[in-house]
Amino acid sequence: MSVREIRVEINSDQDIVIARQKGRGMAGELGFSSGDATLIATAISELARNIVSYARTGQIKLKGINGSSGVGILVIASDDGPGIIDIRQALRDGFSTSGSLGLGLPGVRRLMDEFEITSQPGKGTMVTVKKWRQ
Amino acid sequence: MEVPILKQGAFLIATFQAALSDADLNQLRMGLVQQVVKFRSRAVIVDVTAMDVMDSFASRTLREIAHMIRLRGAETVIVGIQPEVAFAMVQLGLTLEGVATALDLEEGLAYLNERFKITK
Repeated sequence: MSVREIRVEINSDQDIVIARQKGRGMAGELGFSSGDATLIATAISELARNIVSYARTGQIKLKGINGSSGVGILVIASDDGPGIIDIRQALRDGFSTSGSLGLGLPGVRRLMDEFEITSQPGKGTMVTVKKWRQ
Repeated sequence: MEVPILKQGAFLIATFQAALSDADLNQLRMGLVQQVVKFRSRAVIVDVTAMDVMDSFASRTLREIAHMIRLRGAETVIVGIQPEVAFAMVQLGLTLEGVATALDLEEGLAYLNERFKITK
């Protein structure tokens, strides 16, 4: 398996589309089913959307990984934006500070197998998610 | 990328492509409402068969389109949500409550024809 890595710079709403297309492509190469590739692409779309909405610019990194659970995909969404003051609140359904649906983070957590978030107010946010091939 | 809007009698049909950006969706929302006014359309069918991802923004825009068109006195039917997309939408917690949906374009047209025959 290749350990290819793709980086997508997120600067505008157009980049959200590019990021999710790249994610679907990589999921396909890694042997994910079409249904799982859709879940991965949707999660990437939400993560990229959070970057555009809250931080304006950031980066999505995609990587094929090998773990005890087999082959998987790693998605890291990072930005130098305002950060999240209350992460627990941000992970609750229905919470939003940008007037959006507020489904982003809890939704992404449901779409993927592993979810990790680190954020420092004023410094930025990094969301790391993984999905393992069935 | 512009979404083509076709006029089919009293109905309008808008066909979404896969790679619609937020700007495209906003443009479509405006375009559809304007065309409904211009053609005095009774209903709009939004065909999303080609959409491979329906995220929170896309589904919110669809709900807003349906709501605006209802305020104009017309109806919206969303057709062609793919099974995988439907699964992802449910996982994400997205709903299209209050918006009519149909399996595909044919079913959507059949639904509207039936509906407007009854209310005539």
